[in-house]
Amino acid sequence: MSTNDQPAAPAKPVLAQPAAPGKPAAPSDQTAIIAKRWRAKRGSLIMALHEVQETYGYVPRDVALKLAPQIGVPVARIYEVLTFYNYFKTSAPGKFVVSVCTGTACHLKGSGDILANFSAQLGCKEGESTTDKLWHLQGVRCIGCCGIAPAVIVNGKVFGKLKPADVGDVIDKVLTADAAAAKV
Amino acid sequence: MTLVWPQPKTWNGKELPRILTRLFDVENGHTLAVAKQHGAYSTISKTLFDKSQFEIIQTVIESGLRGRGGAGFPTGMKWSFVPRNTGKPVYLVINADEGEPGTFKDRLCLTRDPHLLIEGMINTGYALGVRTAYVYIRGEMLPQIRALNDAIQEAYNAGLLGENIQGSGYSLDIYVHRGAGAYICGEETALINSLEGFKGQPRLKPPFPAVSGAFAAPTVVNNVETIMAVPYIVQHGAKAYRQWGTDKSPGSKLFSISGDVHKQGVYEVPLGMKYADFFDLAGGLKGEILGCIPGGSSAPVLDAKESMEATMDYECLAALKSMLGSGAVTPFNTTRDPVTILESIARFYAHESCGQCTPCREGTGYVNRILQKVAAGQGRDGDIELMKDLAESYEWTTICAFAPGAAWPVLSFIKKFRSHFDAYLAKNPQHAAGRDLKSLTPAAFM
Repeated sequence: MSTNDQPAAPAKPVLAQPAAPGKPAAPSDQTAIIAKRWRAKRGSLIMALHEVQETYGYVPRDVALKLAPQIGVPVARIYEVLTFYNYFKTSAPGKFVVSVCTGTACHLKGSGDILANFSAQLGCKEGESTTDKLWHLQGVRCIGCCGIAPAVIVNGKVFGKLKPADVGDVIDKVLTADAAAAKV
Repeated sequence: MTLVWPQPKTWNGKELPRILTRLFDVENGHTLAVAKQHGAYSTISKTLFDKSQFEIIQTVIESGLRGRGGAGFPTGMKWSFVPRNTGKPVYLVINADEGEPGTFKDRLCLTRDPHLLIEGMINTGYALGVRTAYVYIRGEMLPQIRALNDAIQEAYNAGLLGENIQGSGYSLDIYVHRGAGAYICGEETALINSLEGFKGQPRLKPPFPAVSGAFAAPTVVNNVETIMAVPYIVQHGAKAYRQWGTDKSPGSKLFSISGDVHKQGVYEVPLGMKYADFFDLAGGLKGEILGCIPGGSSAPVLDAKESMEATMDYECLAALKSMLGSGAVTPFNTTRDPVTILESIARFYAHESCGQCTPCREGTGYVNRILQKVAAGQGRDGDIELMKDLAESYEWTTICAFAPGAAWPVLSFIKKFRSHFDAYLAKNPQHAAGRDLKSLTPAAFM
């Protein structure tokens, strides 16, 4: 095995923002581009799936099926990887994904009550989405924000040092920021 | 302007080490221009390239640097295991899959000083004859991935990576590979499987990665912090590194402190410092200490007395049957409940068991479900003994160190805080009725 099967320069950082829900994307074109980018690089299935998820917000079944022959990996291996790793989603999440850290430090500082309050105020259980698909609530493993425990991440934005009573505020802030972004 | 960082310049009249954290409070220290003003990449010169590979490995062995990811294996010795002239490439893989609950040091390193990691990778790569290196980074760490990718691009543009670095004849390429949310991928052989695009389940050792790792070639897997200490050692020598720390645990280490102290954060302190002093450095304890997790959630918990007397080095913690681990320190006070702390830790390990070995997959699940019962006031006599039995059954019977890491908190919390567990059992009026094992199956919890 030689090192020549790697390109000389690193792949451009692939960090596309998740597509906004409802934004149309042409699955076949997009899949072909992703497959082409990663096909020749050894061990890149996970990187390719990251790009799919960044494009669609999850890994749709039809995209996975199209990707398999184009990237030269059996469908079974794609699903083996998708279902092993917690980060990959096989169904569309809510518009706002609320990740409540359940790590040791956050647990100490009352993350259980934070999770319970989100569950009550959003009206959905942990690991589930609201019926309008606007919110998805999940407990996640330590996110490394132990210094500002208890911490919650909503679509990449971190809220730290929360009290159970702050949950309503967080929900309001997310909705206000979204409304403001929609106006621009 | 300086960035927010809680560590004072001096403490008790003495300077604290700044080997790893030189740029932690410097604005724009993550950029090449500012980092260079502070001496970044000064080893990428005759300092490094006039030395032989053997000399560098020897210096790192003499420095006593040990792996900072958790296991504490001597770094230079790990490097010396790599066979030479096998006809296969040697890979260097940086473990940036930081996920041990309570640990948040590497993420700060990657945003505040990514160039020190790259410089360390060039030093290490040169010493080991590496042409291609990888950084395996936790998939959720988006700001860190961006910071690292930007820094790598800057280094390429400045001729510090790629072909013929600074005219030395040495060439190195670095690739960033994202993980995807699996704690087990911090285990080096699981990490290698994940790097190859497979599900991240550990491999049976031997062969060790140094002989047959990524793509069946010799591979060295080192933690971010470990490699960030290398440039200092290459530049200043083993003796300078040994001015900090103890004889057997030399140097400085990053500690992430959370829990019941006033100033949580990441600190660089000399190994061998007393935990009691470290709590003071971190603004002091809040309330009366009940115990402390000294090195991440899998490190056996210390009781109050041990916490105040222990020192932060590999040997002291080994003597206390615990470990320094990743340097995640979580003291908790008497208002906290050890039973639900363990319940939260056990739920984590049950969720993150990769499923490969039966004792771990099933055992962590049963312990988790027993603890849920106990914490809900439905504990029965014998539950505590059953948890101990289970934890002992998976402690050393599996492929990797995940299972012992999942067993130790169970065994240590029960040992140190038994009365709290007994009090929970007493809450159940039917506690004496004994346990019907069917009530603990996964189906019973659906």
